[in-house]
Amino acid sequence: MSTFTVNVIGAGLAGLSASLELSRNNIHVNLVSAQPSERAQSVMAEGGINAAMNTMGDDDTTREHFDDTLKGGAFIGEKESIEGMTENAPLIVEELIKLGVPFNNENGKISLRYFGGQKKRRTAFSRSSTGKLIMSAMIDAVRQYEARGLVRRFPHHIFEGLDIRDNGCSAVLIRDNYSLKALRLEGPVILATGGMNSLFPGLTTGTTVNTGDVTSYLYSIGLPLSNLEFIQFHPTTAKIEGKRCLISEAARGEGGRLMILRDGKPWYFMEEKYPELGNLMPRDVTSREIVMNSEDGYAFIDMTGLPSDTWKNKLSDMREQMISLLGSDPVKDYIRISPGIHYFMGGIYVDKNHKTTVDGLYAAGECACRYHGGNRLGGNSMLGALYGGKVAASSIEGTYSAATGNRIEEIDIPYEYTDFVAPSCVTDPLVSAVGIIRDGQTMEASLRTLNETDPSSFTEADRRRLLLSRAILTSAIMRKESRGAHYRTDYPNKDDVNFKAKSVITYTDGRHELKYEGDES
Amino acid sequence: MNYKITILRKKSSEEPSYEQTFAFESSDDAQTVAAALILINRSDLIDIEGKKADPIAWECSCLQKKCGACAMVINGKPGLACDTKLKEAADKNGNIRIEPLRKFPTVRDLICDRSILWENLKIIKAWIEDGDDVTLKEDKETVLFDAGRCLQCGCCLEICPNFYAGGKLMGMSAMVPVSGMLQKLTPQQSKELRKLYSKHIYNGCGKSFSCRDICPAGLDIEKLMVNSNAVMLWKHLIK
Repeated sequence: MSTFTVNVIGAGLAGLSASLELSRNNIHVNLVSAQPSERAQSVMAEGGINAAMNTMGDDDTTREHFDDTLKGGAFIGEKESIEGMTENAPLIVEELIKLGVPFNNENGKISLRYFGGQKKRRTAFSRSSTGKLIMSAMIDAVRQYEARGLVRRFPHHIFEGLDIRDNGCSAVLIRDNYSLKALRLEGPVILATGGMNSLFPGLTTGTTVNTGDVTSYLYSIGLPLSNLEFIQFHPTTAKIEGKRCLISEAARGEGGRLMILRDGKPWYFMEEKYPELGNLMPRDVTSREIVMNSEDGYAFIDMTGLPSDTWKNKLSDMREQMISLLGSDPVKDYIRISPGIHYFMGGIYVDKNHKTTVDGLYAAGECACRYHGGNRLGGNSMLGALYGGKVAASSIEGTYSAATGNRIEEIDIPYEYTDFVAPSCVTDPLVSAVGIIRDGQTMEASLRTLNETDPSSFTEADRRRLLLSRAILTSAIMRKESRGAHYRTDYPNKDDVNFKAKSVITYTDGRHELKYEGDES
Repeated sequence: MNYKITILRKKSSEEPSYEQTFAFESSDDAQTVAAALILINRSDLIDIEGKKADPIAWECSCLQKKCGACAMVINGKPGLACDTKLKEAADKNGNIRIEPLRKFPTVRDLICDRSILWENLKIIKAWIEDGDDVTLKEDKETVLFDAGRCLQCGCCLEICPNFYAGGKLMGMSAMVPVSGMLQKLTPQQSKELRKLYSKHIYNGCGKSFSCRDICPAGLDIEKLMVNSNAVMLWKHLIK
């Protein structure tokens, strides 16, 4: 017997995870996404998912996964949440196996690979297409509940707004991108809408669909966002048409080496500088080292020494992709790379149950901020999305009853076409200031430019994007230290006394107000 | 290089189609049809006759052939806009013609409604029932891997001489996921799926293999189909 309906916005991994958890408990789901799940950014995840399954004889434990995640995140991730995520990780991967994800294995025992920031093999993978394979299995799993009528998809529907009254969210407003008609869906809402790619045109590895427009909407109506200053640059990406192409950390996990040509000779700088983890230092450190040591900002990844069975069984798809998109064969060529924006550690402020500050409104996956602190470890994004989606759903299960409304009605709200990226007068100042190496002066100048930007000709979405850009810059300026992915030359050291905490920024009465909040756990 | 990109457009499903041509200058040989569409939409949107145009409606997401969103017909052949270089698509005069996939109802311009793909997967029950757990097996890995990589873009259906939306034949976009299901089913489920497989995948397929080499994900559809046909239709007869 069904009880009530939950509106899940976003049909990537976090949205599917929430939908599966809810529908398995007989709760109806309206699953809303701008495009079908096959188009979600989650399908692009490559290298794998972390879980201390300890199948490789490394004597690994979930405690060490916790420690590495907290340390990789520069000690400002939420401990209780990280604990839950890392402890549940083996169960989550077991569950994925049951759903039919063909993880690489030997005689039925799951294989794990090395990944950045972790000394032990902990990353389960399906060659280098792990996200796609996990998504396919999750899509299939949710499909059985679609067939049973528990999950109703709205697969070409964009977010338009929320109905929030007396600090409670009672409905979400969406628009059918085919008919352009708008709908109001009653019930609690889980947002799973991804990162903020619209503010960094051409510079991210993600999709055009993950604009961050839901995040900027929430900010514009006064909901707090957290840790916006932490933007992950993945060390190994390459420019392709209109975006950055990711070369998965699996390349290094399987033995690829970072190298800079110095006087025409290969210099394996990471191995020389970091003898313990070498090429597998966390992403913030590795990206910084590339930019600081290379004259032109580029480095190479040398995979020419990898054994042929690694190419055949573990990285066949990666090689195909490099040949087809980059025109280089990594078996014989060094691949030219430079860091590119890959993940937003910051986002919507949520508590340990993934609830925002508004009742009936939850957020999970990359759009939310909880696990990754100042720098996310590779292999933790899909884990965080699956776990976070499940936590949000479980939390809702215990909170609502059949009395919650679930009407769907057509409404009339104005439609405005908006490009999937913000105008360059917004993005140029932002991009130039919040790169891998930052400084106060440049950031202040960019913020001044954005404060003076006249938005009168902007669409509503672009106005909100401008607001979000200001919030990112304000968060970065206020953090007068270097931590995780936030590195500034004028404050090159960590300041644990003043800044070992998450930043929380809120837009109230036309002002961006920022505070720091210690770990609640 | 200067290109003339002609797009078959439609303001809505009810209105008639019309052609509109845009001049597009590209200095980069790697530039794709997807990049051209993005840049035309960001330009002043003046067509080749000097008329102001509406933004071109089309779908894209990953821009690196991992998601299947931007499938369309480019010079008569279905493919992904992000996987088609302008230089390679154009004739010697720089002409390129872009149309929506025609096997699916057009929504607007290059957007078509591919929902039949997912409806079909529901009919053929492409899922593992909760509780029917799969276990890891090394020898299953390759088939499951390929079966899980279908983009559901619709290119194989566009080129198929036998598929039409709403017909019995579901085509390769259903066969590929099903080829993975076969690795997981109990004998009873296998028997049930056999009926659906014959009706919706095997029987209507003319075996023209026009879908050969069309898959943007590079899936070896023939190999998967040979395997699936053998398992579903013949092997169960041999005791």
